[in-house]
Amino acid sequence: MTPVQAYTLRLGDDCLVLGQRLSEWAARAPTLEEDVALLNIALDLLGTARSLLGAVGDEDALAFLRAEPDWTNALLVELDNGDFGRTMARQLLVSAYQVPLWAALASSTDPVLAGVAGKAVKEATYHLDHASAWVVRLGDGTAESHARVQAGLDGVWPYAAELFETDPLVESLVQQGITAAPAVLLPVWQQTVERVLAEATLTVPESSWRPTGGRSGRHTEAFGYLLAEMQHLHRAHPGASW
Amino acid sequence: MLWEVFVRSRRGLSHTHVGSLHADDAHLALRNARDVYTRRQEGTSIWVVPAAQIVASSPDEKDAFFDPAGDKPYRHPTFYDVPEGLTHL
Repeated sequence: MTPVQAYTLRLGDDCLVLGQRLSEWAARAPTLEEDVALLNIALDLLGTARSLLGAVGDEDALAFLRAEPDWTNALLVELDNGDFGRTMARQLLVSAYQVPLWAALASSTDPVLAGVAGKAVKEATYHLDHASAWVVRLGDGTAESHARVQAGLDGVWPYAAELFETDPLVESLVQQGITAAPAVLLPVWQQTVERVLAEATLTVPESSWRPTGGRSGRHTEAFGYLLAEMQHLHRAHPGASW
Repeated sequence: MLWEVFVRSRRGLSHTHVGSLHADDAHLALRNARDVYTRRQEGTSIWVVPAAQIVASSPDEKDAFFDPAGDKPYRHPTFYDVPEGLTHL
């Protein structure tokens, strides 16, 4: 696998795993309208994942036949949904990262990443709008909704740091103009998240714990269950379609 | 809170009523409308209106409202010559 492919796979894994997580809300969202909205976001992410995985290899093999240590998504996207507040808090943190990421990648020197990013940035902008709207309403809502979205935010917050980690792979791609440096994306993310949390009357969590390992295949316990649900059909009935 | 949704399918056409939905405020109503009613490129513009704000005619008034127009064919512009080849009148 070339360095660009390895990096493309990371981004694709982020989208696929978060899309799978969000799709768990199907028929369980607070309202019918929100059910459709969450699944729209899940399908956007699935579509982006398909383009990215397809550029790396066989998308079905990569999605359904890869073992846990071979997945390179960040831990944040695999965390369990928790309640609606936690799901929206996680979505805010991810989308606030993906918007500047896709915007930067749209001018990548890699044609695949640039093409995917040009479409994904519009979708991510809407995801961010949706998550922000809910975080503000829950945070600045009732005492119950405030407490629950704050608890959800506190739970997912430490995992956001991994999105902005750098390593030799990322550094080499930054130098080639293929992607943007995490250090450039971080202040944009901070500004977006802090603005939304301030409007939501939520407290920015403070955490010195920075769980990491997703990019090198060391995942959380929750991820095994997600993979089992996502992969069991294809593994039991290879090539099944309907 | 119930909202009525109107979508304009393309420039030059009117907004058309497409259905209704629930949302807690106008901001979310517009977004829900986008998610529920424009998933298949149905629109380029959306209006949402609180259902309670719509003043509707009553079925009881149907006779007085609409029947009198039934026997007045001279109100239809059928007595004009239409230039040949004119498709969008």
